[in-house]
Amino acid sequence: MDATSVSTFALLAALFILVLAAFVGYEVVSKVPTMLHTPLMSGANAVHGVIVVGAMLVAATAEGPLRIVLALIGVTLGTINVVGGFVVTDRMLEMFRKRTPGGRG
Amino acid sequence: MELNGIGVATFFVWLVGSITFILALKFLASPQTARRGNLMGAAGMALVIAWTFFTVDGMLENWWILLVGGLIGSVVGVLGARRVPMTAMPQMVAIFNGAGGGAAAVVAMAEFLLDAGNGGDLLGLPFVIATLLGAIIGSVSLTGSIIAFGKLQGVVTAAPYMLPGQRIITGALFVAMIGLAVYIAGFENSVPLFLLYVGLALVTGVVLVMPIGGADMPVVVSLLNSYTGIAVAASGFVLNNYALLIAGTLVGASGGILTQLMCKAMNRSLFNVLFAGFGTAGGGTAVGAEGEEQLKEISAEDAAVLMAYGKKVIIVPGYGMAVAQAQGPVRELMDLLVDRGVDVEFAIHPVAGRMPGHMNVLLAEANVPYDRLKEMDEINDEFDETDVALVIGANDVVNPLAREAGSPISGMPILNVDQAHNVIVLKRGRGTGFAGIPNPLFSNEKTSMLFGNAKPSVEALVSAVKQA
Repeated sequence: MDATSVSTFALLAALFILVLAAFVGYEVVSKVPTMLHTPLMSGANAVHGVIVVGAMLVAATAEGPLRIVLALIGVTLGTINVVGGFVVTDRMLEMFRKRTPGGRG
Repeated sequence: MELNGIGVATFFVWLVGSITFILALKFLASPQTARRGNLMGAAGMALVIAWTFFTVDGMLENWWILLVGGLIGSVVGVLGARRVPMTAMPQMVAIFNGAGGGAAAVVAMAEFLLDAGNGGDLLGLPFVIATLLGAIIGSVSLTGSIIAFGKLQGVVTAAPYMLPGQRIITGALFVAMIGLAVYIAGFENSVPLFLLYVGLALVTGVVLVMPIGGADMPVVVSLLNSYTGIAVAASGFVLNNYALLIAGTLVGASGGILTQLMCKAMNRSLFNVLFAGFGTAGGGTAVGAEGEEQLKEISAEDAAVLMAYGKKVIIVPGYGMAVAQAQGPVRELMDLLVDRGVDVEFAIHPVAGRMPGHMNVLLAEANVPYDRLKEMDEINDEFDETDVALVIGANDVVNPLAREAGSPISGMPILNVDQAHNVIVLKRGRGTGFAGIPNPLFSNEKTSMLFGNAKPSVEALVSAVKQA
């Protein structure tokens, strides 16, 4: 394949992944009970903290004041999202832990 | 990226990461596995981040950006997540979500600047569209989340705030942004115009969330969470990074359906939540007598006797219990009543507190067994054979006005507390609930009020039951 068709192929592959991931997201969440909706929102919030990886990639190629400032903001905000997100979710879920095993769910 | 050994391995790292993200959400379907799922997601995330750090060229050259940003972010994240009281969880989620949205917007902006700066031909359309999408959605999520945080925290007025000419302003903003986007994508990859476009998007986030009432903020946070997911997916598209693409889309879709589930619990459409200006339009305030009807008060001792000598007591917790951190004493009260042979159950409204599941989290924290927590549909038929319904800081979810037309909460399913033989309401003051509407339940002849902060009130009930 030449360069153009390689990039077209990558584009189409990304589109396929996008659509399939959307279906997975829809299916997975439909089964979560109401009492776990708050942790769910928080857990999903932590997952999109993966944006910190994007910010790291920006930082790796950052040159010039504007891009360096943007990279710094991106890494900081992304880290807040990912670290805070997982820690706060864990703290919520910790409260569901203390129950006698075998007890009713 | 070149597809040498490391390039291929990178794809597998993304795959492993994506699987852990999916499992993290999937395991939340049961309280037994939820925590393990979350830890697994965190491990997958750590793997993807570490792999990116060690394999991508240039990370070490700008190491200080990663160090400073990572350090500040970690400290803020951990402190925020650990220190905040359980009642403030919704705000915390809003802020973390806003941070993610901001990061996504910044990434999209930086990628556009990198390539637009090279001059020459127009950039590829898919690339530009993805950066434009990531920037607008991320920015709206950032400022929208900040306003949602402010409303939940009480820093910004919780009442719906309509600008004069709200619809025209919103419409003009969208027309301007679409115009800019078309020009940037089709005619000139202009950096200043891109920055202007981002600026307008930031304003739009504020303008969209201000007219929404505080009571609807959980839905808004959930929706913005979904937006951030979409912005992250757009950034993944721009960067050709499938971990971002999959995680972002996953959250975008799951956040979307969660938002719908939450609207359904209130029997309202998403459109109604976003654009109805809850509580501002006339009609709502006209229904129900305003203000000072005669409310019957009761002492803790009398209330205790009613419960201790009853057969069945249903406790209805609401946001007031959460604010007062009264869940511990509530559990003690339950234990005492159960020891006396009273049948005690908890009626949990799907949107009690500020978030679905909020009450379950707090009561689980206080070790109240799950089988005593009943969801609304399960318990609503039992109120008419209940001696005492004890309402602890709940208001809108027990407001009988919801059954009548013309009220802002009309049609919202409520707990049938007014069918119990006696109703005791623990309430901090005489004001209206979060939705700002009067509640005829309180002036009902079967209802007695016990005013005061929920925690001392419940503690008074506990000691009174001991002596009853």
